[in-house]
Amino acid sequence: MTSPLQQKLKINGSSVVTANRTWDGIVVYRTAAKGWSADLAEAAIVRTPDEAKALLAEAVADDVGAIGPYIAPVQVDDTGKILPGNLREQIRRDGVTIDLPV
Amino acid sequence: MYAYDEIDRTLVNERVSEFRDQVKRRLSGELTEDEFKMLRLQNGVYLQLHAYMFRVAIPYGTLASNQLRQLAHVARKYDRGYGHFTTRQNIQFNWIKLSDLPDALADLAEVGIHAMQTSGNNMRNVTSDQWAGVAPGEIEDPRIWSELIRQHTTLHPEFSFLPRKFKIAITASDHDRAAIKVHDIGLRLIKNEKGETGFEVLVGGGLGRTPFIGKTIKHFVHGRDLLSYIEAILRVYNQYGRRDNIYKARIKILVHELGIEKFSREVEEEWQQIRHSSLQIDDEVIEDIRSRFIYPSYEKLPHMPDELRQAAADPDFEAWRKNSVAAHKNPGYAIVTISLKPIGAPPGDATAEQMDALADLADKYSFGEIRVGHEQNLALPHVAKRDLPALWKALDKLGLATPNVNLITDIIACPGLDYCSLANARSIPIAQELTRRFANHELANLIGRLHINISGCINACGHHHVGHIGILGVEKNGEEVYQITIGGRADESAALGNLIGPGVKFHEVADVIEDIVEAYLALRERPDELFVDTVKRLGVEPFKERVYATR
Ligand code: HEM
Ligand code: SF4
Repeated sequence: MTSPLQQKLKINGSSVVTANRTWDGIVVYRTAAKGWSADLAEAAIVRTPDEAKALLAEAVADDVGAIGPYIAPVQVDDTGKILPGNLREQIRRDGVTIDLPV
Repeated sequence: MYAYDEIDRTLVNERVSEFRDQVKRRLSGELTEDEFKMLRLQNGVYLQLHAYMFRVAIPYGTLASNQLRQLAHVARKYDRGYGHFTTRQNIQFNWIKLSDLPDALADLAEVGIHAMQTSGNNMRNVTSDQWAGVAPGEIEDPRIWSELIRQHTTLHPEFSFLPRKFKIAITASDHDRAAIKVHDIGLRLIKNEKGETGFEVLVGGGLGRTPFIGKTIKHFVHGRDLLSYIEAILRVYNQYGRRDNIYKARIKILVHELGIEKFSREVEEEWQQIRHSSLQIDDEVIEDIRSRFIYPSYEKLPHMPDELRQAAADPDFEAWRKNSVAAHKNPGYAIVTISLKPIGAPPGDATAEQMDALADLADKYSFGEIRVGHEQNLALPHVAKRDLPALWKALDKLGLATPNVNLITDIIACPGLDYCSLANARSIPIAQELTRRFANHELANLIGRLHINISGCINACGHHHVGHIGILGVEKNGEEVYQITIGGRADESAALGNLIGPGVKFHEVADVIEDIVEAYLALRERPDELFVDTVKRLGVEPFKERVYATR
């Protein structure tokens, strides 16, 4: 999972814009309502590089809301449910894959 | 223990209020992330996958019990009830909110703890032997010199904007526990024929993308010239160091490109110009620092007390003692390593409860002092031997008496893809699985000293290059793949490991390591031939054959 921060803008399939919320750092997704949500289900889905660029530009402009926005791959299943597109995004959505010590 | 003076305290407090103001301006939008990023990094605040991460310095790995309690308090109040001890004598909190950080910093400042120099392109926290001041045969306490360098370089403009981060480590023992050969500057404290204190200076070590073992640049620099010599190195580095390319900006690359001869000539020239300046250190300065280190008043105690003799009948106690207890310069005392590597748990994590309890045990049994080592374990540096059995029982209750120090389950692992935004692959679950595979203590003991180091990307925070077995996570077609090296070591005979062959998948790693260990057990000449020595004698081939024959 080469860090997406080091990747060029290339999208194939469905994508979302994700970042970390500024005041507490939690994972958030850019919504169609021009806000941020902690729930991937509420993320705005983009399917073309132009759509992705536009959504990213809007997210970058909201620097007080969230930091380090980037485009992340997702899969949308038959029922319309949005799933993380790779292990990194899965871990960001679900948390660590290990038991915490407490 | 070190007593900070007024200047340090004022500085730390000023930094806290400065940061409080910066955070406020960031949250109101007055500062952009671009403007704020450097400010937060200067205060040890990184961004990870799920949250901010807060890195706190533990200078030369020495902690007082009240400081450990305060770390526990921060873990409990602002984080999720635990902290992670790292390979650089730091502790990290993984879940902290930006809005809480000023309060956390203020709470830590109350006990003289700060996060300066834990990140950014500056002179980092100078690390040292975690057994400094107590190891038998040590020439002199190396922390006095670490402290001298710390004072000189803290916030010194010349050292705050280097081409890249810069790390120094110091040892004063024959056995190098500070890994000086993989630091930008490594210092080995020695005495010359006249009995004067000085240093062998190594330069250009480092891991990461382009690993190098440090080379000796000068065999003896007199103690009084230490600062001017370091300054000369830094000036040459500042002059040539590549700021245009972060991958080439480390001093190791410069030393490699210029060659050690040319590099040392340049340093020598620079040094001759500044050697007799105000950088020359007066004996009083050293004595003043020395006087601030508070050493316990040891009692005269028996080398083999009855309590210890009796406890030796208990095989569980003996198993722990053999691995965790080391000789102290005072024969009635011992150094006790506290394993933060319980079977199946993330290496280096300690809960707030464990930290509090350990602080109490330090008060009761170790003159209130705790040490943090680069192996992600802790130590109690001054335990009377007669107290060992009682201490063991107390540690065992806390889950802190796993008898595996220096054994195959004493694994060093970076946070990897579970936490880190730079990661390619997970590290912690690999470590956990390996500890389960080798959980049997007789087996681990039979294998003997064997260090496994795991990193989740090429930045090498888990020091995989110098692990006896090194595991590096990479990404291939969206999958986690692990490259395995053998034969590395981090001590006075530091060496980089060699790749055994193509990378293996997540679920295969533990099997492969088992194969390597079985091959070693079959190939070693004697039970006390260490894994690394067998690899050195035979090379990679027999291990490679064993691993890939059936894959
Ligand atoms: C999310 C947290 C972390 C981030 C973002 C991070 C980032 C980095 C980066 C970018 C480097 C490479 C420096 C270079 O190019 O020279 C590095 C090196 C290093 N990190 Fe981390 N790190 C993290 C956590 C840790 C932890 C938990 C430890 C200890 C267990 C650690 C120990 C080290 C060490 C010892 C090095 C130096 C390797 C060398 O000698 O070059 N880091 N880290
Ligand atoms: S080695 Fe890579 S994955 Fe591991 S902590 Fe360092 S930067 Fe993160």
